[in-house]
Amino acid sequence: MAYDKFNILTSSAVPLPIENVDTDQIIPARFLKATERKGFGDNLFRDWRYNADNTPKENFVLNNPIYSGKILVGGKNFGSGSSREHAAWAVYDYGFRCVVSSFFADIFRNNCLNIGVLPVQVSAEFLDKIYKAIETDPNTELEISLPDQTITIKATGAKESFDINDYKKANMLNGFDDIDYLLNIKEDIREFALDRPL
Amino acid sequence: MSTKKTLFDKVWDSHVVHHIENGPDVLFIDRHMVHEVTSPVAFLGIKDRGIRVMYPEKTFATADHNTPTINQHLPVADPLSANQLRALEENSNEYGISYWGLGHEKNGIVHVVGPEYGITQPGATIVCGDSHTSTHGAFGAIAFGIGTSEVEMVLATQCIMQTKPKSMRITVNGSLSKAVTPKDVALYIISQLTTSGATGYFVEYAGEVFRNMSMEGRMTVCNLSIEMGARGGMIAPDEKTFEYVKGREFTPEGAAWDKAMTYWESLVTDEGAEYDKEVVFDAADIEPMITYGTNPGMGIGISHGIPVAESLEGGVATYKKSLQYMDFHEGDSMIGKRIDFVFLGSCTNGRIEDFRAFTSLIKGRQKADHVTAWLVPGSHKVEAAIKEEGLLDILTDAGFELREPGCSACLAMNDDKVPAGKYAVSTSNRNFEGRQGPGSRTLLASPLVAAAAAVTGKVTDPRELMEFETA
Ligand code: SF4
Repeated sequence: MAYDKFNILTSSAVPLPIENVDTDQIIPARFLKATERKGFGDNLFRDWRYNADNTPKENFVLNNPIYSGKILVGGKNFGSGSSREHAAWAVYDYGFRCVVSSFFADIFRNNCLNIGVLPVQVSAEFLDKIYKAIETDPNTELEISLPDQTITIKATGAKESFDINDYKKANMLNGFDDIDYLLNIKEDIREFALDRPL
Repeated sequence: MSTKKTLFDKVWDSHVVHHIENGPDVLFIDRHMVHEVTSPVAFLGIKDRGIRVMYPEKTFATADHNTPTINQHLPVADPLSANQLRALEENSNEYGISYWGLGHEKNGIVHVVGPEYGITQPGATIVCGDSHTSTHGAFGAIAFGIGTSEVEMVLATQCIMQTKPKSMRITVNGSLSKAVTPKDVALYIISQLTTSGATGYFVEYAGEVFRNMSMEGRMTVCNLSIEMGARGGMIAPDEKTFEYVKGREFTPEGAAWDKAMTYWESLVTDEGAEYDKEVVFDAADIEPMITYGTNPGMGIGISHGIPVAESLEGGVATYKKSLQYMDFHEGDSMIGKRIDFVFLGSCTNGRIEDFRAFTSLIKGRQKADHVTAWLVPGSHKVEAAIKEEGLLDILTDAGFELREPGCSACLAMNDDKVPAGKYAVSTSNRNFEGRQGPGSRTLLASPLVAAAAAVTGKVTDPRELMEFETA
């Protein structure tokens, strides 16, 4: 599915300083029964966000109106667990375009890149700086530049660069997806398949 | 660059259709398994693009995640689940994919039926929209879980785009002590490496312990590779592997078998090939394991106490939050903790060998009254074997019932949910908050530990119950 282009994103951010946030927390399995990709944002972090009677849990960050923005800042090993792309869909559908963490689980990272959410991996020190900046001022803005591969805390000017491979970067800048690429080399794939024993 | 290759290199490199400079490889996929939960949006995607499935004969569909484990002959009551199952059936029919739906004799958990019917083969690339696809690595295949966008890629082009992971070899030498099962070996490794210790790597398991393990045991170990963050894990195929694969429905025969064997026998790591990381463990250090926290890395030998936060690396706050969720305390002993539920099943421990182990321990005993036990075979084939081998009679005599195959309480999408605040000893693979139902508390363990808990109603060292049997 083609997605929005990503270039430079400047936004305030929502802090979630918890480690090992797994995809069962991001979107619990009981919400995976849809056959279409819509509405997952409503159940993002469902069991951290709502009580069993569906009333919001006051102390959860998404229920705190002082935090908002298109960037989610999570703790180390973000997105571990199940391969459900629904987790990335929920993050996107809620309105986030970027997730920042000091470490991502592999499949979650891939899933994000495949749907147009940019995973930005920073050092543990920089992650701390971001949390401190948000603590000082919840409206503090981060600037994420995909062309330059940098993340900047606007208030302090602190800046760090992040990795992304050239291919994925070009895809995100242009809003292309992998299938466009693969369909273009279909004949090569067909030829390759002739030699496969299975 | 060295010409010596690891097992992983050999299989990966032979599947690369294209390499993109400073980008991913285009990897050809031999076998693709789909189930009802992660495929509907992928099928919608190809429909929207107006394209067909490129090689429908390489994709296999089974219904498992979202299915009831009782009364499977009746219509599925939950309308959303029923809708998802219908979508899988319709999509399979529309695109000519073999479909093993509810009630079909070959139905079962995707990672259990794949090997049972010979879909899983050495040296193959196998993907599925489920992270425990790593199970199939037990046969020397490169197998890993993918997201729905990638499911769409495979349907459309039989390829996915992947950056080649780094390689790690995990060697376990020596021989296993009494009551130490493959599950314990895996939980031990995860507890040592943590849940992110192998992120970015593809693991090869080597050493005596894995050589001596049955194919079922190897599947359990490879299954849990994802819980240390690895994309997958694999074990070089050997006589046991070939013996297991031979004669199954989708296994090559005659000349094709001979040709396949030539390839399969080449699937060993070359002497002197290098790994990006090597870890070595000693089998003697492993005892029956149990988890006490909310990720699979929070496991200990069953006779140990819960570690104190300060003794661990990483976030103390996250650790304390986890214990709070479990209502456990630092220093607590796990032995003796009262439990409410026992779940034997899942693609980790839902195979016949697991039912044999469980049954060996409950034989001649009775289920504890307050324990609810869900015994869920991984497939109809496993279910049939349980009956044929006489295990069902032993289970029934001990007060247990057998359910019908499916993922069940592994992810609790169906009605098999552990209620909030209750404790379950589970042979599945994840103890995340709410994984087995909102508010549920999961202790991961082997079928033997699960059996011991089922008959005593509390966390019990299985060795105690085995004592008199092995004088
Ligand atoms: S049993 Fe659990 S881990 Fe295995 S395929 Fe089903 S949901 Fe996934």
